[in-house]
Amino acid sequence: MTATTASRVQGGIFTLMVVRIADPYDPALGRELEEQVALSPGFFADAPVVLDLRDCPGCMSADDFTALRQLLRRCRLTPVGVQNASAMQLRAAKAVDLAAVKGTQAKSPRRAAPPESAPRPQVVTQPVRSGAQIYVRGGDLVVVAPVSAGAELIADGHIHVYGALRGRAIAGAAGDRDARIFAQRFEAELVSIAGRYLVNDAIAPEHLGGAAQVALIDDRLAILPGWSKG
Amino acid sequence: MGKTTTSAAFAAGLALRGHKTVVIDFDVGLRNLDLVMGCERRVVFDFINVINGDATLNQALIRDKRIDSLYIFPTSQTRDKEALKREGVDWVMRELRNDFEYVICDSPAGIEHGALTALYHADAAIIVTNPEVSSVRDSDRIIGILAARSRRAEKRESPVEEHLLLTRYSPERVKKGEMLSVDDVKEILSLPLLGIIPESPTVLRASNTGIPVILDAESPAGRAYEDAVARFVGEQREMRFSLPERRSFLRGWFGRAAT
Repeated sequence: MTATTASRVQGGIFTLMVVRIADPYDPALGRELEEQVALSPGFFADAPVVLDLRDCPGCMSADDFTALRQLLRRCRLTPVGVQNASAMQLRAAKAVDLAAVKGTQAKSPRRAAPPESAPRPQVVTQPVRSGAQIYVRGGDLVVVAPVSAGAELIADGHIHVYGALRGRAIAGAAGDRDARIFAQRFEAELVSIAGRYLVNDAIAPEHLGGAAQVALIDDRLAILPGWSKG
Repeated sequence: MGKTTTSAAFAAGLALRGHKTVVIDFDVGLRNLDLVMGCERRVVFDFINVINGDATLNQALIRDKRIDSLYIFPTSQTRDKEALKREGVDWVMRELRNDFEYVICDSPAGIEHGALTALYHADAAIIVTNPEVSSVRDSDRIIGILAARSRRAEKRESPVEEHLLLTRYSPERVKKGEMLSVDDVKEILSLPLLGIIPESPTVLRASNTGIPVILDAESPAGRAYEDAVARFVGEQREMRFSLPERRSFLRGWFGRAAT
């Protein structure tokens, strides 16, 4: 039987950010979220997020979720679902129209998902000008041109700049702690991997001006020498 | 910074070479192209009048008294940039393209409606930059906006031809480290250099007297603009004015009077 009209419900693949909640009423929660969003407001604007409740003993009532939703709305984040939730939490979440999302590290064992083929990196060959923003969802970004001060490179994977990096580079934007930033001429205004960030002012001068790698080691950003020539 | 001075110089330079040229003031409310061109006492109708249908294009166009093929299209001083309606501007640009070989659009500063309207129809753009950090950063932004918001970008046609013009350049100050060098600017902006216009008091004199600086035979800035116009139309010209002036031995003895 062949379909002659398109199905209304089709498959889609999305990369969603995850917000880990321990205590929905923790006063520091709102502040921390705002700080992280402020780093790259264009990127986070109205982003859909999944609430990870594995560390949360509470969140058992619809009111808890409503309060959370309001808090997130202030940071311009939109909760769309929950993962790693208990049965009671799920019931409360559904009452406020939050979906149960299958997380990557679920508490209950499940069949291994078929491996996704790695997406091809996106290659940019024109200079990235001040004020421009490039976001590669689910993949790496390669720029073979200078990146001006005031420009923003964002990728869920690695960021490579075969040229001068003078703007911001935000790698591992969806939380991948293994993401790295590579620059032929490292002069970045700000670098970030999986939410940890470092501004130019805080980078030792000997790391600036030449080839460098940025990686997250022991939860801190480290600037490694670039790569040996020849 | 030099946008209006450059628009006037380029318009005059192209017209002097025999090309029928019109230069348009897009700086509604802060008009000064008419002053720099020396026709402020002959403005009757303006760009906004034409957009609103109060006057025809021919009624608003002012013919330059000195150069035959040169026309000026002034703008309103009493209105603001919201008066630049898209359809009106589109219509005016289509009409002008038919009648003129070159249409020079003098853009206002900034990246808001006025500047976006001015750049929208561009086939080529001259980005005027001073050799100092904030000017270079602003120019970088404008180049990015040109690549994204011009008509050619929207319709996915071949991109706007981008040229860099460095104005108010002082090689002595570069040597002292007070100003960015040509190489610094080229490295940051990654654009071909159309010309270097040296800092010169003749520029101020030109705008105060309403004579485009390219018409001043004694002015180094005028000569530099002439070189830039030549390069724009495809001629090869060596880049002058980038090194500190070397006073020749004889000049040192006899001073300027001998030359």
